[in-house]
Amino acid sequence: MKYRYLEHTADAKFQAFGQSLEEAFQNAALATAGLMWDVQAIALKQTQASEVRGIDLKQLLLGFLEEILFLLDTRRFLLGTVESVELIEGHAGYSLQTVFRGDIQSGQYEIFGDVKAITYNEMQIQRSAPCLVQVVVDM
Amino acid sequence: MELKRLDQFTWEIPRHGDMKVPTIIYSSSQLVEGIKRDQTLQQAKNVACLPGIQRAAYAMPDAHQGYGFPIGGVAAFDRDEGIISPGGVGYDINCGVRLLKTDFSEKDILNVRSKLLTEILQEVPAGVGKGGVTRLTEQTLREVCARGSEWAVDRGFGTKQDLLYTEEVGRMPAADPSYLSRRAVERGLPQLGTLGSGNHFLEIQKVDQIFDHDIAHIFGIHEAGQILVMIHCGSRGLGHQVASDYIRLMENAFGTKNLPDRQLIYAPLGSDLGKRYYKSMSSAVNFAFANRQMIAHWVRGVFKKVLGTAEGMDQVYDVCHNVAKFEKHEVEGRLKDVCIHRKGATRSFGPGREEIPEGYRDVGQPVFIPGSMGTASYILVGTPEAESLSFSSTAHGAGRVMSRHEARRRFRGEQIKREMLDKGIELKSVSWKGVAEEAPQVYKNVDEVVRVSHETGIGKLVARTVPLGVMKG
Repeated sequence: MKYRYLEHTADAKFQAFGQSLEEAFQNAALATAGLMWDVQAIALKQTQASEVRGIDLKQLLLGFLEEILFLLDTRRFLLGTVESVELIEGHAGYSLQTVFRGDIQSGQYEIFGDVKAITYNEMQIQRSAPCLVQVVVDM
Repeated sequence: MELKRLDQFTWEIPRHGDMKVPTIIYSSSQLVEGIKRDQTLQQAKNVACLPGIQRAAYAMPDAHQGYGFPIGGVAAFDRDEGIISPGGVGYDINCGVRLLKTDFSEKDILNVRSKLLTEILQEVPAGVGKGGVTRLTEQTLREVCARGSEWAVDRGFGTKQDLLYTEEVGRMPAADPSYLSRRAVERGLPQLGTLGSGNHFLEIQKVDQIFDHDIAHIFGIHEAGQILVMIHCGSRGLGHQVASDYIRLMENAFGTKNLPDRQLIYAPLGSDLGKRYYKSMSSAVNFAFANRQMIAHWVRGVFKKVLGTAEGMDQVYDVCHNVAKFEKHEVEGRLKDVCIHRKGATRSFGPGREEIPEGYRDVGQPVFIPGSMGTASYILVGTPEAESLSFSSTAHGAGRVMSRHEARRRFRGEQIKREMLDKGIELKSVSWKGVAEEAPQVYKNVDEVVRVSHETGIGKLVARTVPLGVMKG
């Protein structure tokens, strides 16, 4: 299983899994996008590269998932898959370089949900394999 | 945690541990059970621990679990010793409600209802990732954020009268868009004049019942069957980004240790970062005001086109549901300038406050509490009692009781549409799955929420409205 949604009254909560932290992050991106559109229906026509930083892993994860919202609002980019994720640990924190693949929305896809923001509420990150991240998003 | 019942509608978490003040919750036997089950009480207690908090942390009748503050959380902070917290405002900065009255009655619009909705759906962009009609330049966007509704009215979107009937006269003067991040600006550029999605909606309503005829009359609401238009939306991605940006900046500056909840990060009001957040938040507030101003203008245009006239479509008022601002309130027997946070709460100033329009100053300000899509909404009036009870604040809505996931399992959008039509409500939306997520059944009973507001006196009932046509983003 790549990810699963958990019950959350007001908003949405999910857990994403992976053999590595990168893979769990990757699956968390798919879970986030899956709250807004059918990820599997998105044609893989475009790529978007991004780099985020964080003083710790939680801030990094939050910033990474926020990229999906940013790309939607500014480029109308709908994520279909995450092509690559590279996590770099530095002295002052972490950085993550990602390449997303997907398509530009021009009315061909149904968008059924609106994720307003990624939150720290109940956020969990399990670094050792099997890795797990848990996220609650504001909808 | 001790939860002490003080009277029929008031509960208290007495001050203990790190709490600087008690927490006061306005609720009912029915509603309080719901908030005992999630993190609402813990979050309301956490707020009472923040530096410089005055009198008490309050939770409104519609309180439910939020991020940092609970939704329905109200707190006031000392100007010198207090703090400001993005988690006390929320992600959707100045999510709010604007109400227009009309001189039309139900029979005038029943035959054209469908046409009105179709035209509105065409004029007002809605849905996720849906861009606005005008692609702004960065320079213009910053001007919008500096001037709010004033900018829109200057460009022909509405009238000067609209400004007078908007909280803050449609513009928070503290706004300084030069503090907005590049990302916030980029997200705002395509989104001015868009409704958005989720719980945001635009409704053609009729007055169903009037509880206080004198006050309703002053608000321009005269009889049952009168048509009103309610617009519920906020600052879109720009506001969300401002919240995220400053949570991150505050974490980087102050660290995340010693916080009861990471979402409750804050900055001292006097600090550089605190001031920058306030100026950026004010910019997002203004963006939302301009947004609702433009949407209201287009709605009037549609009514004029379909019904021949938009005469009498005056703005009753426009209220913020998510905001922090400086107001004078009574603390320990004297008037004090405080930074009040209302997160999922409505200001409910009673008579005499100079911040409210002259026309309403004898009775108090209008308060709008939308129900869920397809159910009743309420118009209330601010009261003098609210000052000492809740820093002049009351509820803002219904609050969910069922998860979106569960809602999508249980309901189909098309079925909801048919059920609503059976009740005389026509629904238009860009997404059926989105409709299922917002099914009326997933929300708390708004009737119970306003009953608590009325009984405690933090906002008194004026009128009840029901939808005839709903456009869901």
